[in-house]
Amino acid sequence: MAQDAGTDTAAVIDGEGVRRRDFINIAAVSAAGVGGLAVIYPLISQMAPSADVLAESSTEVDIAQVQPGMAMKAVFRKQPVFIRNLTPKEIQEAEAVDVGSLRDPQTLAERTKEGKTNWLITMGVCTHLGCIPLGAGEGEVKGEYGGYFCPCHGSVYDTAARIRKGPAPTNLQVPDYEFTSDTVIKIG
Amino acid sequence: MSFPWAKQYTPKHPFMVWMDEKLPLPRLVYSAVGGGYEVPRNINYFWNFGFLAGFCLVIQIVTGVILAMHYGGNTQVAFDSTEHIMRDVNYGWMLRYGHANGASAFFVIVYLHIFRGFYFGSYKAPREMIWLLGVVIFLLMMATAFMGYVLPWGQMSYWGAQVITGLFSAIPMVGEPIREWLLGGFAPDNAALNRFFSLHFLLPFVILGVVILHIWALHIPGSSNPTGVEVKSESDTLPFYPYFIAKDGWTIGLFLIIYSLFVFFMPNALGHPDNYIPANPLQTPAHIVPEWYFWPFYAILRSFTQDWLFIIPAKLMGVLAMFSAILVWFFLPWLDKSPVRSGNYRPLYRKFFWVLVLDVLVLGYCGGMPAEQPYVLVAQIASIYYFLHFLVIVPIVSSIERPEPLPYSITEAVLGSDKAAAPGDKA
Repeated sequence: MAQDAGTDTAAVIDGEGVRRRDFINIAAVSAAGVGGLAVIYPLISQMAPSADVLAESSTEVDIAQVQPGMAMKAVFRKQPVFIRNLTPKEIQEAEAVDVGSLRDPQTLAERTKEGKTNWLITMGVCTHLGCIPLGAGEGEVKGEYGGYFCPCHGSVYDTAARIRKGPAPTNLQVPDYEFTSDTVIKIG
Repeated sequence: MSFPWAKQYTPKHPFMVWMDEKLPLPRLVYSAVGGGYEVPRNINYFWNFGFLAGFCLVIQIVTGVILAMHYGGNTQVAFDSTEHIMRDVNYGWMLRYGHANGASAFFVIVYLHIFRGFYFGSYKAPREMIWLLGVVIFLLMMATAFMGYVLPWGQMSYWGAQVITGLFSAIPMVGEPIREWLLGGFAPDNAALNRFFSLHFLLPFVILGVVILHIWALHIPGSSNPTGVEVKSESDTLPFYPYFIAKDGWTIGLFLIIYSLFVFFMPNALGHPDNYIPANPLQTPAHIVPEWYFWPFYAILRSFTQDWLFIIPAKLMGVLAMFSAILVWFFLPWLDKSPVRSGNYRPLYRKFFWVLVLDVLVLGYCGGMPAEQPYVLVAQIASIYYFLHFLVIVPIVSSIERPEPLPYSITEAVLGSDKAAAPGDKA
């Protein structure tokens, strides 16, 4: 009964209240937790693209040989790029579309450089699951909208490489590029 | 854990007595897969597929570890080292064909094992945990098989890796960064191939670990049986060794005959000729298909061609549906509320079971065909039915069905209701 009078001692004996040991416990577990996370970070980060992969991030391409109605494939970050010289008819077709009706609304002008609307430069990677669409090579099927057709799961792109039909969610991606001269582009 | 009449391990040799005191491993094996494990006496051949699946895992690990001694996990040499295995390494052709066809055999066995579970209600209480672990094993198997198929670095390897990692880019916002993180680049390349090799070596041992948990969980309630009636007395069971070991041995012989037919006489029947063309990142094969064992799920993936409710993109829906097709199995023990386990006593469920079998076969057929009509439409209908089966039909059937009368006991099911047939069981 005498012990009950000393409340601090009673709390320690009953296991109630905050003790020094609780503090040590929380501090130790927290330190171990932070340390654990610090160790996990490099283990996860090592899987991200390494410096040499990131270093392949720009490519120069000479496009002088590509006549209207023709296309060529270049390689950027080990993936194909479609470089297409649109004919006036193809440009007209692309501009005639009601942009609001598209799955990924963009005009041809937004997808090309000013004054170079005939140069349609996109990644040759289907935005569905990454196959290479047909239509850039000689004699390949261009699909019902005259642009590109992906044989894997049937996505159809128009002459501005915009998605028109099939499972792909977005238009073929336009990479960052600039014209360094009239016939040379620098991608990336 | 086991039945009171199960035999106990009694070592005779002094060394084994000494061993039993220090490390009772032989005791563990004896009680798990030896004479100390009591099994319902009426199990039929559908109960052999678990043992066979374990046997397939052993084939895959043995051939795989040896193949890894000759293979180079680098894009410069991967394709050539695979051909080196086929042409130069002594019996390399046999090991590689054995490994590739072993994967197919493993899936055949595991699909039969899973559908055995569907028909006989093996997933029901008290065996839910066994079922859940089994689904985990199946998911691990799919990941392992996919990564293994990438290793020869042929055209199908490369484009399979491209398409399957592309699935992750469907996740809103973080999808593309996740894909780049998984691949270690912007497209499949050396970083991806090398990590797939590392993981393809690791995962089978993870599977082995989960298999041990699967068996551990099994041994708590004991094996199920074709009547679905629980074991009541000693006359209902027989020891695993020698009775069921012998029976499993016989089906292993049968299995090896069929397996050898494939390995030695038609080793490429289940493969794709395109995978003998080295990977080319600038040329997609005209018709990309995964290995046959993924076809049903691939068909579900491709079934979404329109944006869903104008909000969720078709691509994301396809991916969600494909994963859900397996994840729904996790909920099966709770979706099926019928107290009767076995399809043998469930006249209505039994019919829908066979419709499901047919439905999955149709999905598989469509998944192997090009993405054009009529296959897409057929796959869409079959996909809808697949989810209807698990989410609607099974719960409804389990509440409205009138099951057929169950036998009193396993012994009665085997020997008839004559009590005299089981003299030790008269109480």
